[in-house]
Amino acid sequence: MALSRRAFAQGYAGLGETADGFAPVTPGKVFSFPADHGPHPDFRIEWWYLTANLVDARGAACGLQWTLFRQATEAGPQREGWANQQLWMGHAAVTRADTHRFNELFARGGVGQAGVDAKPFAAWIDDWEMKGADSTDDRMLAPLTLKASSTDFNYALTLQADRPVVLQGDAGFSRKSERGQASYYYSQPFFRARGSLVIDDKTVDVSGQAWMDREWSSQPLDPDQTGWDWLSLHLSSGDKLMLYRLRQKDGKDDPFGNWILPDGRAQQIFAADIQMTPKGWAEVAGRKLPVEWQIAIPSRSFTITCKPLNPAAWMGTGFSYWEGPISFSGSHDGVGYLELTGY
Amino acid sequence: MRRALWILAVLLSHWRRHPMQLATLLIGLIAATALWSGVQAINQQARNAYDRAAAMFGGVRTPMLVAPDAATFSQDLFVALSRAGWPVSPVVEGRVQINGRSFRLLGIEPVTLPAEVGNAPRLGASDLRAFVAPPGQTLVAPETLADLDATEGAAPQISSGARLPPLHAQPQLVPDVLVVDIGVAQRLLGKQGQLSRLLIGKAKGKPGPLASVVGDRLQRVEPGAETELERLTDSFHLNLTAFGLLSFFVGLFIVNSAVGLAFEQRLPMLRTLRACGASARMLNTVLVIELVVLALAAGLVGLVCGYVIAAALLPDVAASLRGLYGAQIPGQLSLRGEWWLAGIGISIVGALIAAATSLVKAVRLPLLATAQPQAWQQAQRRWLVLQGAAALAVFAIALLLLRYGDSLIAGFAVLAALMLGAALFLPALLEIILLVGQRRAKGPLALWFWADSRQQLSGLSLALMALLLALAVNVGVSTMVETFSRTFITWLNGRLAADVYISAPDNAKAVAIRSWLRERSEVQAILSGGRAETQLEGQPVELLGLPDHALYRERWPLLEAAPRAWTQLVPGNAAFVSEQLSRRLGLRVGDVIEIPAPGGSWVLDIAGIYADYGNPKAQLAVNVAALIRRFPQTPQTRIGLIVPRDNIPGLITAVQKQFALDDRSVADQATVKAESIRIFNRTFAVTGALNAFTLGVAGIALLTSLLTLANSRLPQLAPLWAIGLTRSRLAAIELTKTLAVALFTALLALPLGLIVAWCLIAIVNVKAFGWRLPFHVFPLQLVELVAVALLASLLAALLPVARLARMQPADLVKVFANER
Repeated sequence: MALSRRAFAQGYAGLGETADGFAPVTPGKVFSFPADHGPHPDFRIEWWYLTANLVDARGAACGLQWTLFRQATEAGPQREGWANQQLWMGHAAVTRADTHRFNELFARGGVGQAGVDAKPFAAWIDDWEMKGADSTDDRMLAPLTLKASSTDFNYALTLQADRPVVLQGDAGFSRKSERGQASYYYSQPFFRARGSLVIDDKTVDVSGQAWMDREWSSQPLDPDQTGWDWLSLHLSSGDKLMLYRLRQKDGKDDPFGNWILPDGRAQQIFAADIQMTPKGWAEVAGRKLPVEWQIAIPSRSFTITCKPLNPAAWMGTGFSYWEGPISFSGSHDGVGYLELTGY
Repeated sequence: MRRALWILAVLLSHWRRHPMQLATLLIGLIAATALWSGVQAINQQARNAYDRAAAMFGGVRTPMLVAPDAATFSQDLFVALSRAGWPVSPVVEGRVQINGRSFRLLGIEPVTLPAEVGNAPRLGASDLRAFVAPPGQTLVAPETLADLDATEGAAPQISSGARLPPLHAQPQLVPDVLVVDIGVAQRLLGKQGQLSRLLIGKAKGKPGPLASVVGDRLQRVEPGAETELERLTDSFHLNLTAFGLLSFFVGLFIVNSAVGLAFEQRLPMLRTLRACGASARMLNTVLVIELVVLALAAGLVGLVCGYVIAAALLPDVAASLRGLYGAQIPGQLSLRGEWWLAGIGISIVGALIAAATSLVKAVRLPLLATAQPQAWQQAQRRWLVLQGAAALAVFAIALLLLRYGDSLIAGFAVLAALMLGAALFLPALLEIILLVGQRRAKGPLALWFWADSRQQLSGLSLALMALLLALAVNVGVSTMVETFSRTFITWLNGRLAADVYISAPDNAKAVAIRSWLRERSEVQAILSGGRAETQLEGQPVELLGLPDHALYRERWPLLEAAPRAWTQLVPGNAAFVSEQLSRRLGLRVGDVIEIPAPGGSWVLDIAGIYADYGNPKAQLAVNVAALIRRFPQTPQTRIGLIVPRDNIPGLITAVQKQFALDDRSVADQATVKAESIRIFNRTFAVTGALNAFTLGVAGIALLTSLLTLANSRLPQLAPLWAIGLTRSRLAAIELTKTLAVALFTALLALPLGLIVAWCLIAIVNVKAFGWRLPFHVFPLQLVELVAVALLASLLAALLPVARLARMQPADLVKVFANER
């Protein structure tokens, strides 16, 4: 039914709504795992967001996405059964140079159709799941298995990591605007992924790297902010880089970044030090989207140009956006994922 | 092109000289189109309504999973299937009572509800929150809002004492359905964690086999091509369609006779045109164009008339369908573009069919043949023999259908074949009667009377056939309606055993009312009833609780019963089945059935079969105490009272005052009976109206035939006038002749009509409604119909006869001077 999609879209697109009754995001939170891998129902929205840059046996690049979104329709104590106020949405996609497939699922909380358990870790909606085992390390959130399926694609991956998750922003407090909008944000950018990918009933073995973002908030965007351009980059040096730019109605945008060293230490990069410039545009789904970027961080002698694997990686879901694998070259090279919302 | 226009002008000049013929032709076409498209409009309206009902939140149009015993099942199966990748959406369903009225409560889960579920109402984006989050919403059709006498936002109380979420009107919904969120429905129905079915949406992946997830606890039901409602109401629509078709053909009879006559009269004109150089093809093309133009004009008028007829009949049809099948049809007529096109199309096709023989003749027209205005009457004998043979063949088909056919369509086909055969046979039969009359006639004038009647037969036969059909249908339908009416009233007297009926708003109030009533000295007995719903062989069945009371034993309309049937009922292991149910499932007294009940299945011996006229639902009657033991949720809000007649009004006033109950909640037997009979009468109002229409069209057919014949009959009449018969005498003879032929036809229509009635009662009714009525003949009604037929013929004959009586002698003399 269309209503759920629209309601969800409203929820996510309208992230600037007031946080009446929901828990506020304040600096100084002490993260605790595995508890924080699980849901935070007092906050309005939350996601478990995984992207993977993979290659098949013949070296052809591909990417996949697995996301579970949670949204609370109302603040307050969690109600049992169907009366539960949580709505869940799942997105899955695979992208090759020649094709982009996606699917979405919806479910209500309270009855077990969708949800997240912290220990042993499991995040699921219908038959899509991201699941830990007894051996899963709470600090690393690994190993995990991941699967999703649709009529014309499905995949199954195992995810390994040997370093703990990384807190983004200021010790996990990620400020989104001058006026205090913020989220709690941590990532596991060090996943090594291996598994199989099926498109149109043809199975290929794939392997590569994956990145998971965990973020929750009650009010992460300011009403003036129209959308974001977000990148996660796996540098061939082993460094990781997360970058985003929140676009504002007045044309000003606030870039922000986090440089993660191969040993897992993270260093914030602030607006003054980031230059994000759209270089190439693609017409997708009736929209003009900046799918090629030039990015420079002068203080780190970092200048790269990003190109999409498939410019048509449009997620034509209820809440629609562009999300696809990219590769970059310049002072550094590597692969990553680009997300463009609010276009 | 220019030449074609000239030919058209010449052809059209004929109509200018014979405006009556033109009028006849147009009336025929208009009548045919109007009734046909009127009936179609009504059927279409009803079908749209059924579609709406069927598509609503995954009715039968969506594949689904149900428990094999059609009982509810655990919600865990829904979660298990979802986790296995099945695109399922849960639904829970039940009935609730508000102020004693029963409503269907549907609990849906809007987030997983498949997008392809028909024309399900779309909730606005922000409405999801309002619908799902407490207090939630109850979506209802605006009609239901009016029925509940409530405004949006009101939260009516149901019989269990709980309140519905605030009402919210949704125009797309069908009436009598309350739609709430699944969690709310489970709570209101007392089915926590239970589901009625799972709708299957479009696959989002490749789920595993059903059995590997839920074993045999659920089974898949494919979407039905036809809904239960459509199946039930088919007969009703077939009935309407049959009437529409009958009128259509009667209309075509008129067109046929008008076109035939016009063609005969225009033969010399056509020959002259051919001689002037117009090719046969050109001539024919222009003839067809002329006909199509006329059909177009008449079709448009016919459609407007059809719309008016449909709009006028629709409220009655809606009432009938509601009363008979519980089908909800909006009373406001809405038509699609296709309807208009189809109407115009049918008018043109009909005109072409009716004119086919004439057009074929025009193609074969020999250039040099002499004018033979009477040519169509020459081959009368051969034609009678042929038609008689065709009639016998059609009768044979009817017999075969009767012997081997088993469906409703076959029933109607038997009827159609019988009537067609009879109509075809009519001229031959009349010929025989007239021949006998002629043989017995004494004196030249009498002899001429009979012989001339025979000669006139072929010209009148189509109109007479139409009259025969209309009369036969009339006899058949009125016999059936009258039979039904009497049976119904007798049955009603048996069914309405109690003197006063009370419907309490909820159980608590019912208990209070009962204890209050026990204190009243005038109350001789308090009878409790109750209704629950269950399934039998996958079909919904209503369970009716009967009190164990002498009055019921005496009066309850049992058609068949085992020995000591009522005694068997008391312990709760026997049931009576309604006639409809027994026919549908082939149940007999002595059979054993098993129905799902909350505490496990309930095995029942069938101890009797009872008549349950007019109930769209299949029904089982059991002892009320046993019913409440097995279905503890049954609302015990219905109370029947035995009260001496004189104390009834006083008691009703007292109960109403004491418990603040309105007129709908407390009623005496007479009121209930009057209401039932009113609904019943309304049910057959449509049949009556269509009956009258058909008879009217037949009357017009007769009138137009006589009018067109009147002119061609002058050569037969002029010699008699010349011999010395006065014009008024001649007119009287003409009138007598017409009435005599009409009388014969009407008399022949009587046995045919009774056969039609028998077919309706013994075949069509049984198939359509599931009940068989005793067959009665009502002689007075038959006499009345013959009188009506004669009156119609008299009216039809009056105009041409009056014309003859006042005809200028000069016109009669002219006959001898003319070419003829």
